[in-house]
Formats: sequence, structure tokens, C-alpha cells
Amino acid sequence: MKPPKFEYHAPTTLDEAVAALGRYGGDAKVLAGGQSLMPLLNFRLARPAALVDLNRVASLAYIREQDGQVRFGAMTRQRTIEFSPVVAQHLPLLKEATRWVGHLPIRTRGTIGGSIAHADPSAEYPAVLAALEGEVVARGAKGDRVIRAADLFQTYLTTNLAPDEILTEVRLPAMPAGVGYALEEFARRHGDFAIVGIAAMVVREGQRCTMARLATAGAGPVPVRLRAAEEILERDGLGEAAIDAAARKATELVDPDADIHASADYRRHLAGVLTKRALTRAIGVARG
Amino acid sequence: MVTVRLKVNGVAHEGRCEPRKLLVDFIREDLGLTGTHVGCEHGICGACTIMFNGEAARSCIMLAVQADGAELGTVEGLMRDGKLHPLQEAFREHHGLQCGFCTPGMLITALDLLRTNPSPSDREIREGISAVLCRCTGYQGIVNAVRAAAPILASGR
Repeated sequence: MKPPKFEYHAPTTLDEAVAALGRYGGDAKVLAGGQSLMPLLNFRLARPAALVDLNRVASLAYIREQDGQVRFGAMTRQRTIEFSPVVAQHLPLLKEATRWVGHLPIRTRGTIGGSIAHADPSAEYPAVLAALEGEVVARGAKGDRVIRAADLFQTYLTTNLAPDEILTEVRLPAMPAGVGYALEEFARRHGDFAIVGIAAMVVREGQRCTMARLATAGAGPVPVRLRAAEEILERDGLGEAAIDAAARKATELVDPDADIHASADYRRHLAGVLTKRALTRAIGVARG
Repeated sequence: MVTVRLKVNGVAHEGRCEPRKLLVDFIREDLGLTGTHVGCEHGICGACTIMFNGEAARSCIMLAVQADGAELGTVEGLMRDGKLHPLQEAFREHHGLQCGFCTPGMLITALDLLRTNPSPSDREIREGISAVLCRCTGYQGIVNAVRAAAPILASGR
């Protein structure tokens, strides 16, 4: 099908974009890479009065190191992230996750800000944001505010961004050197959204684990941090028994819904299986 | 209505359309370049894949107005001096197509894959072309074609 009618704005500055969005009182949609919004328009599942297209706001595309974080302009393309030396060095988990995002011609258009603001619970970037305890910056009429990952995601496709706010920046803490990491996911076809995915990070000292991070995709309405599973590793180390215990705990911590792709029980099962796989691979990568 | 000025395969074009007009429809209906195919219209099948400022992108989930000022590449631009592009030649040689519906998208996607990864493994080729659905070939012929074309493109022919 074809999109319904809408008014179209293509501002070249962020201030113009915020002003344009504010004029519609929630009836406008922000168009970033368009790889999710355009299909919704084509199906007429979304019928916004207006689109505010950020693709000509050049100031929103950058990768910058600052204060121990890597900061991404919201319009930074996934393909840019895939090849970024800064990302390879400081955020190898994000680099790995990017290879799972859609397909090559999706990633040339898709953006980090769009993926996170769209908040598809099966998407990889929200899981990485949760695992790394990142934050985003939102710009509205009243100025900027910083939102932590834990506060951002509300439910399916819903964040706590106000209707007149634009997500402008994504901030991820640089991962420690020598850290172990892995993103494991299961989908019926490569490039599909995950049925379930697990992002893992471990900092090891011998068999001890000084920090573990686990976050889910596709195992509930929002990415879930598996804190109680992380604690098992931080207490008991990185041996096989601890990994098994953490994987079992993961199945208890998620509360997935059933849908056409998978039952709730199957998703719960996958959360355990993928936690074990992700941890095993992450520990293999970790130095120290 | 909006005015869209852009280059396709190096040739300047201008057209007027509604902001909601999809780029693929603009290319086919307004510019008359029907080599780019419309399949699923929601960014899954990849038949509509074109080069947008040098990178492969799906033209059914972009608006024509977004291409104002852009340089596009389509399958029509691959032949040079009456000769098939080496990748097209490889598709013909290795039975990389049957009905041909997905082929424009396959070619453009494979070109961007080989541009960024000049000597891909078979696994990487499969991952790259997984962006485009083919219902005829079973993909093996396409993988063979891309593999065969890689060294030819890398040597700069």
C-alpha cells in the first residue's frame, strides 16, 4: 500500500525540528531512518498529521568520545556504527549487535536514535542500551533532559519521550579494556527481529567476575536487565555451575508474552539457553 | 506538491509529486525507470533496492522528497558501452536468476556488499544477500555469481 497524506517538514536544524514537532501537539511523527516508520505508513497503521524528517539535520550525525562515554548523534546510521573504529575499540558489544540489525540495506538508512526511540522490544540496540546502562538526551521546547535506559522504556513501542521531544543523542559508557561480551539471539531467519536475544558483558579476574551485565530483547514489553542472574556470577564466579545457575535464573526473571512468533514458555526457555550461550562466549573473549 | 531534483545513473532529473510518494514509485512512474521492481512495499523483499548516495537502500520505504539533491544508482546504470557489468555477467554465467524479479535488488545489494567487503566468504555473501528474497534460485547460483564476481570487481575492471 501507499502512505496516507501528511504534511511534510524537513528542517535543517534541531531547533526548527523541535518547533515543527511542537506545533502538532502529538499528531506528528519524527522520521529518522524510516526503516520501521515507513512500513507502518505504507500499511496505514500510522496516520500522523505530519512528518518531521530529521535526515537533513546534519548536526545529529556524529560519534564522539567524551567523559568516558561514546556519544552518538541520534541520526548516526547503523552502517556507520558497524564500521566505526571508535565503536570497535570502546563498544565491541554494540558493534556485534549492529550485525544483527536488519540487513545491509536497512543499516545504511537505520539510525541508532530511531531504533531506540521506536522501542521495539525485540530490537538489539535497546537491549545494548540497557546492558551498558546507557542514557539518551531528549530535546523539547523546555530544553534538554537526560534519560537513563532504565527509565526510558515504558512498554511495547513506548518510551517516556514527550510528544514534543526529539531524542537527540545516545550515550554509552566505554566498555573496559579486555571485557568479555556477546550478543546471542534466535530468529527464524537472519535479519528478522529476534524472538529472544541476550546481550552479555563480563569483566573477569581469573575465575572471578567483578562485573556482569545481562539484558534481554524479545522477552517482554521492554528490555529486561537480569540483575539477579548477574549477581550469581559476581558472587560465584565464571565456572560452569555459575553459568548454569545464571541461565536458570534468567528464565525466572523474564515475563514474556506469547504472540504469533512464539509462546511465552518458548521465549522463557530461549532466555535461559541464550543466556548460557552468551555468557560462555563472552567469558571466552574476556581477558584477565 | 514538492519538487524533486536528483541524479539517477549520472543523469539529472526533475519531477513534482506529493510528499507521500514513495521513491520507488517516483523512479518507476515519474522517471520511467522500471528496472527497479516493487515487491512487498514494506521493506522486506529487497526487490526495490537502489544505490542512494553510494549505499544500497530500499526505495519502497523512502519518500521521493527525501531524494531531492541525491545521487541514485539503479540497475539501468550498470551496463557500460553496451556491455553487461561484470556482476551481471557473473549472474548470467552462474545462473544467478530465473524469473529476474529480485535481480535488480540482488545486484545492487551485492555491489554494496563487495564495495565494503571485496573478498567475502560464502557465509558473508549469504548474510549480505539475505537482504533480498529470491523465490526461484534457491540462492546457490546467486552465491556462486557473487563469489565469481568478487575478484573481478576487486581488480578494478
